[in-house]
Amino acid sequence: MTQQGVRWTADQVLALAPDAASRKAGSKLGAAGPWSGTGSSDEGTVWGQCKGSGSKPYQTVVDIADVSGPAYKCSCPSRKFPCKHALGLLLLWAGEDGSVPSGQAPDWAEQWIEGRRQRAQEKKAGGASPSCSGDPEAARRRAERRAERVTAGATELEQRLADLLRGGLAGAEQAGYGLWEETAARMVDAQASGLAARVRELGAIPSSGPGWPVRLLEECALLHLLDQGWLRRDHLPNGLAATVRSRVGLPASADGPPVRDQWLVLAQYDTADARLTTRRIWLYGTGSGRSALLLSYGAAGRAPELALPVGLALEAELSSYPGTGQLRAALGEQFAPPAPSSVRPPGMTTSEAAAHYGEALRDDPWLDSVPVTLDQVVPTPDADGWQLADADGEAALPLTPTARTRPGLWRLVALSGGAPVKVFGECGHRGFTPLTAWPEGAGEPVRLC
Amino acid sequence: MNRTPTQATPTSALPTPMTSQPTWEDLVTTALLGTDRRPPAAGAPGRAAPVALLDAAAAETVRRRAGLRPARAAARPDPAPADPRPALPAAAARRLAMLLADRPGAGSGGRRGTAPDLMELLPQWLAAANARGFAAPAELLPALLDAARGRTDLRPAALAFAGPRALWLARLNPDWRFALRAAPGGDAALPRPEDGEGVRRLWQEGLFAERVALLAAIRAREPAAARELLATTWATERAEDRLMFLDSLRTGLGAADEPFLEQALSDRSRNVRATAAELLSALPGSALAARMAVRAAACVAVDRTREVPSIVVEAPHECDSSMERDGVVPKAPAGRGERSWWFGQLMEAAPLGTWSARLGGRTPEEIVALPVMDDWRSELHAAWCRAAVRQRDAGWARALLGAPAAPEAGGPGAVSLAERAKLLGTLPPGERADWVAGFIAAHGLSEAFQLLGGCAVPWSGPLGRAVVDALNIARDAGSYPWSFSGVMGLAERCLDPAEASRLDGLLAVPDETEDASPGAGGYWAEAFQRLGTTLRLRAAMLDELGTA
Repeated sequence: MTQQGVRWTADQVLALAPDAASRKAGSKLGAAGPWSGTGSSDEGTVWGQCKGSGSKPYQTVVDIADVSGPAYKCSCPSRKFPCKHALGLLLLWAGEDGSVPSGQAPDWAEQWIEGRRQRAQEKKAGGASPSCSGDPEAARRRAERRAERVTAGATELEQRLADLLRGGLAGAEQAGYGLWEETAARMVDAQASGLAARVRELGAIPSSGPGWPVRLLEECALLHLLDQGWLRRDHLPNGLAATVRSRVGLPASADGPPVRDQWLVLAQYDTADARLTTRRIWLYGTGSGRSALLLSYGAAGRAPELALPVGLALEAELSSYPGTGQLRAALGEQFAPPAPSSVRPPGMTTSEAAAHYGEALRDDPWLDSVPVTLDQVVPTPDADGWQLADADGEAALPLTPTARTRPGLWRLVALSGGAPVKVFGECGHRGFTPLTAWPEGAGEPVRLC
Repeated sequence: MNRTPTQATPTSALPTPMTSQPTWEDLVTTALLGTDRRPPAAGAPGRAAPVALLDAAAAETVRRRAGLRPARAAARPDPAPADPRPALPAAAARRLAMLLADRPGAGSGGRRGTAPDLMELLPQWLAAANARGFAAPAELLPALLDAARGRTDLRPAALAFAGPRALWLARLNPDWRFALRAAPGGDAALPRPEDGEGVRRLWQEGLFAERVALLAAIRAREPAAARELLATTWATERAEDRLMFLDSLRTGLGAADEPFLEQALSDRSRNVRATAAELLSALPGSALAARMAVRAAACVAVDRTREVPSIVVEAPHECDSSMERDGVVPKAPAGRGERSWWFGQLMEAAPLGTWSARLGGRTPEEIVALPVMDDWRSELHAAWCRAAVRQRDAGWARALLGAPAAPEAGGPGAVSLAERAKLLGTLPPGERADWVAGFIAAHGLSEAFQLLGGCAVPWSGPLGRAVVDALNIARDAGSYPWSFSGVMGLAERCLDPAEASRLDGLLAVPDETEDASPGAGGYWAEAFQRLGTTLRLRAAMLDELGTA
């Protein structure tokens, strides 16, 4: 496959932007004006020089053929990554108006590409050799010490939960955030990041509106279940024990057997807190029918490196992380660069989706939602919100409160126009969160997140 | 429960782990009050009460979640009406998404760099897409409606492009209610003019805004029908309403409206009388125009006894009741003499066609060139300007404008800049552009903004060249580009994209001369780059949409 056939769409390019300001700045540079000496090669490299405010134009190169997503190099001083010049260049390239002809890379671009390819080769060669240096005995002792710490943390957390219920949840409203922050900090000390995150979320529930005691009890009970799972992990089946370990926050490696498939990118969205940007990418294997989740992290203000725009498909191997009901996987070898695909995932009815979530809880009772594609649903206004109703039938899934306030809701409603659409999203106990939609007839997927 | 689905009944769906299973509601109540205050009914053996409560709650939580069922579907919305227009080409749809993403305030403000101002190109894009009759991509409708919500000037074109689905959408989101108000036939569809019964009922029972819209719609298609409709209820309308209705006759005004307007000259309301008189004076063949011509002719004459024939003005000495009936306002504003005030109104309302005969068979050019005695020149010419605009008389407008390169055209002559812009509006587009081009070539850009605003887009070749040359001269003169930011902005939107290549020589940063403002050269290069980029973008934009 040559690069000529797989130019991306502007949407796919803009999905790479680390933030809204970059997206805007990038779109402005996506016009021929400031660019000179642009070109692209059949190996998947795009380059160009962009006139900035200085006297010397910035030199920008993007390598889109890279296995782990595009790589960028720009001589501008911006700390955004990718910078607006890289985005603008890709937009220009995606525009297909002949302003980025194919040709031979100039020396400055060629050098960087050569360097990259070489390093990648070395890494590949190096990766084959066993890198686990150090003493296996020492590693075992480290793991044991860590497990002891987590056990101490889980025991302490059990004590705190018992105290809370002895005194009553009503008191939690007055106790406020501080109590939970302190407990969360104790869990961080115990190296149980999963427990810490759950505890921190508990702190936000008492101020989350009507029905909070129910939600608080649910979350406390599930936290208790996780503690108990950890404390008695030796009695659990292997798969479930692995799920507990990963929920508690112990590191694991994707050591499942690699599955080669044509993976469809169904959704990509970022969530950010003060420290970290987390990117979730949902994939669907057209051959295996499996769903998989790729996670990628970036420091605050930087886009995570992995970027797979919705609507592309990639021929690649995925290895899953351990644990039952865990969809997380790691991207292994990629056999061809991501290319646009018109394939759509098969869908189901709303009742099937609800049942699907229920079944998934059997493998992982802590699951908040599962990835689901709904077929033939109509976005329908309900008394106080919106729901996705089966086109033929009386069942409907309500949208989650957060999905109701997102601009994506209106894109979904506009796309449907009262007619059935296919919607991919996350279906769970809070409702359905639409992430991507396809129109009834032909047409590209529309991002909703 | 924070969502509506019903839960599976706990009795039959799942095996119960304990015989005396408390209900979820019991668990919540106990948890809320605390096990110290409300010991659970049946404690599990060997477990402390709070732990047993958590055990039971965990099992119940997972069970409740696993048993969730979908809710009942609410009444589905009526499907959006079909949009028969062809779909937008893919490249044009991407362009629109990009233009809409560039919302003001969404990024860093401050100095503009070399990047084009995308939001400013949206009106042109919409006009071009509407001219070609494309349908809007459904998923972009929310962004389009948001843009139109923020900018009222965009609304007509944006809503026309957005089509029927946008109105369907606007009924579901209160933020977009403006679309229903703005669109004709949006919420309460106007009856078709052929539907006589529907028209009469709406005219007699409708709200004021609906009636104004109805009258305007009919007037645009059948002027006589609208006038007759208005006449049926004229006598019973309130004064303010009569004024609004009368104003809507401005569209498609013709000789057939004269009897109705003549009758309105005796209206009870002074404002209605004044508007009727103004409309009549725009009809040069009307009886009012003839009466005004007689009055005006009595005030102006050529004195042939002088060495150079000159115009002599004798302003009216009184404003009698017949003048007042014909719309002359008797009371002069503060600081103006009564007689010159009356004189100005007579001249403005008199048909321009009468002057040639009255002033010795001279052409408008010759009349304008005549000297005027006793400092009446500015008063007289200003009134003629107003008359030329009101009567849309291109011949007189041409004469009053004079040659664009004439030295007094740039200075504070008899004709002000605003009046000149209005006079230009009566000329055909090509002639207008040529005049402005000549003006800019002679006088530069400092006064040109208002005149340029009235020229047809894209600018004609000579006009575009004149603007670019003048910008080049301004740069060489050492001023800063932001002194011309208004004209620059106009040029970005209005210059013909084919002229982009003419800018190539201006993109480089010139060497700084001693008398130039520091750094100006760099800023100019940047401004010209932005101009060039915007022009190329506009060319690409139109290209993507295809030929009309």
